[in-house]
Amino acid sequence: MTREVVAKVVTGNDLRLGDVVYRAANGAWVRALSAAELIEDVAIADLKLLEAMAQQGDVVGVYLADARRGPAGPEPVHFREAFRARGPSNYRHGKQETRHV
Amino acid sequence: MYDYTDFDEAFVRARVEQFRGQVARRLDGGLSEEEFRPFRLMNGLYLQLHAYMLRVAIPYGTLSGHQMRALADIAERWDKGYGHFTTRQNIQFNWPKLADVPEILSALADVGMHAIQTSGNCIRNVTADQFAGAAADEIEDPRPVAELIRQWSSDHPEFQFLPRKFKIAITGSPNDRAVTRAHDIGLRMLRVGGLPGFEVIVGGGLGRTPMLGQVIRPFLPKADLLPYLEAIVAAYNLAGRRDNKYKARLKITVFEGGLEAFRDAVEAEFARTRAAFSGVDQVLLAEIEAAFAPPALPLRDASPYHSARTADAALRAFAAQNVAPHRLPGYGIVTVSLKAHGETPGDATAAQMRALADLADAYSAGELRISHEQNVILPHVALADLPALHRRLQAVGLASANAGLISDIIACPGMDYCALATARSIPVAQEIATHFKALGLEEEIGAIKLKISGCINACGHHHVGHIGILGLDRAGVENYQITLGGDASERAAIGDKTGPGFAYDEIVPAIERILRAYLALRLRREESFIETFRRLGPAPFKAALYREGARRAA
Repeated sequence: MTREVVAKVVTGNDLRLGDVVYRAANGAWVRALSAAELIEDVAIADLKLLEAMAQQGDVVGVYLADARRGPAGPEPVHFREAFRARGPSNYRHGKQETRHV
Repeated sequence: MYDYTDFDEAFVRARVEQFRGQVARRLDGGLSEEEFRPFRLMNGLYLQLHAYMLRVAIPYGTLSGHQMRALADIAERWDKGYGHFTTRQNIQFNWPKLADVPEILSALADVGMHAIQTSGNCIRNVTADQFAGAAADEIEDPRPVAELIRQWSSDHPEFQFLPRKFKIAITGSPNDRAVTRAHDIGLRMLRVGGLPGFEVIVGGGLGRTPMLGQVIRPFLPKADLLPYLEAIVAAYNLAGRRDNKYKARLKITVFEGGLEAFRDAVEAEFARTRAAFSGVDQVLLAEIEAAFAPPALPLRDASPYHSARTADAALRAFAAQNVAPHRLPGYGIVTVSLKAHGETPGDATAAQMRALADLADAYSAGELRISHEQNVILPHVALADLPALHRRLQAVGLASANAGLISDIIACPGMDYCALATARSIPVAQEIATHFKALGLEEEIGAIKLKISGCINACGHHHVGHIGILGLDRAGVENYQITLGGDASERAAIGDKTGPGFAYDEIVPAIERILRAYLALRLRREESFIETFRRLGPAPFKAALYREGARRAA
């Protein structure tokens, strides 16, 4: 099995709501993983993370999450990121209410 | 019940105003997240997977109807219309907005509640037997002592930066419903020669290194309690490791240095603390005890209950499963299950909270309790009122007659909410509950404690479940490990791992194999799962669990 080259997205939680947010290509914070910038170059990902960390007036706990290219934008690799992108499984709350999934 | 004094009120209000200022400074950029984080944690505010989470203490699990209504109002006004009751007798709100939290804390202060020390390396919410003050088997109501501990530990200047969090549980009954041996300090009330006191247990805890507490003092006179607790925490504060957070709990201090060495250190501290306590604690305790005077419960004729019970099968099932003996004849302790099949264990909607508050006022002297098993207790119900109470519980979807059965599962929030979780807990609990009901096996299986945690921190107490399930991340896939033979009662035991874990879609069939083995192996219907397990050991259950062809390679 050949190892898939994993790309990254910059993600964190919104300071005011706590909601999961992703960084788009224009530097804005967006609610949907599919709207995030998929960063395939590791060095650039680290740079974007540093930029994001400077925005701590808006976002808390930023980090690089693994993602892969999908037909409608970035998709999660790990199941934890899938839950973060979708919201809880017991109620249609969070992103499922706001149709950000 | 205890009402805040002017001192308590002023203290809690001052904390709310301090936090209001801290939130404002965080929002206007005056505080960085690094600076703000310790402040929010001191006030029970976590940042979880999808939102902030506010953890509110319900000291020793006791609530008035008035307080329950305030929790319902908070759920509706600032959250998504529900709250989650936890295994440490707290309530968690899963969706507050940061800017609203000071208002929520202010609303809590209005009813004598707070979120102080529900997080951080300090003495956490003191938990107690949920049947306290009502149980037929009780020596003495442990709640006055628990309230004394709450006041002593709140903002205690010496104990704000302990090596790690510190949990105290207390029971007034020989039947341990407070899991005292899984706490840093467990207190069991005793009476020796007419003198009240405690068996003091130290060094218990679950988490990544589960250990049962050991007896450090077989009998401590009640009047010595606070100086002795202060001596234990002081000794731990000095000896507890600060180099490794995974080795920082008291259980590790006791384990590494040995109980004898720790006892010596405590006794040395005790000589100092005993002399320093002037007796003001006993004056305070006497006042608190007066506030906990048992409610006046009139003698009631239980015959209407007995005739209704004969005629109503649902009431009969409910009474058999959810009603425990009260210290007074003609009364019972009612467990209202928050485990309706397919629902999230421990969740209650605002409407249900209000209904429970009304029912407490109508039928339970205005008192409610929250159990570590994530249920709500109406502690003082006249049996004559039980038929009416049962009908009203049915009307709000709270009449599940499943207390102590397979669907009465403890489950932590798991990866549906918790930032620390490694797998989901809630959907596993939901599926187990609905699966065994659909099979019609729930009553057949009978008494069993099944507990699920979504990571090794073990908030779901899986180690002390008769059957424990631990959700892990194995190479990027949810994997569930099973333990058998744990026990949370006075016969406390840590369960043993059965072997390799199971994938998400294999865990419910795996549990079914264990339980079908039990049904085949028990000597008679009355022999419970844990009794059968104790008689036979794990071998036949493991054989059924891992039998050829039953399990895909995980």
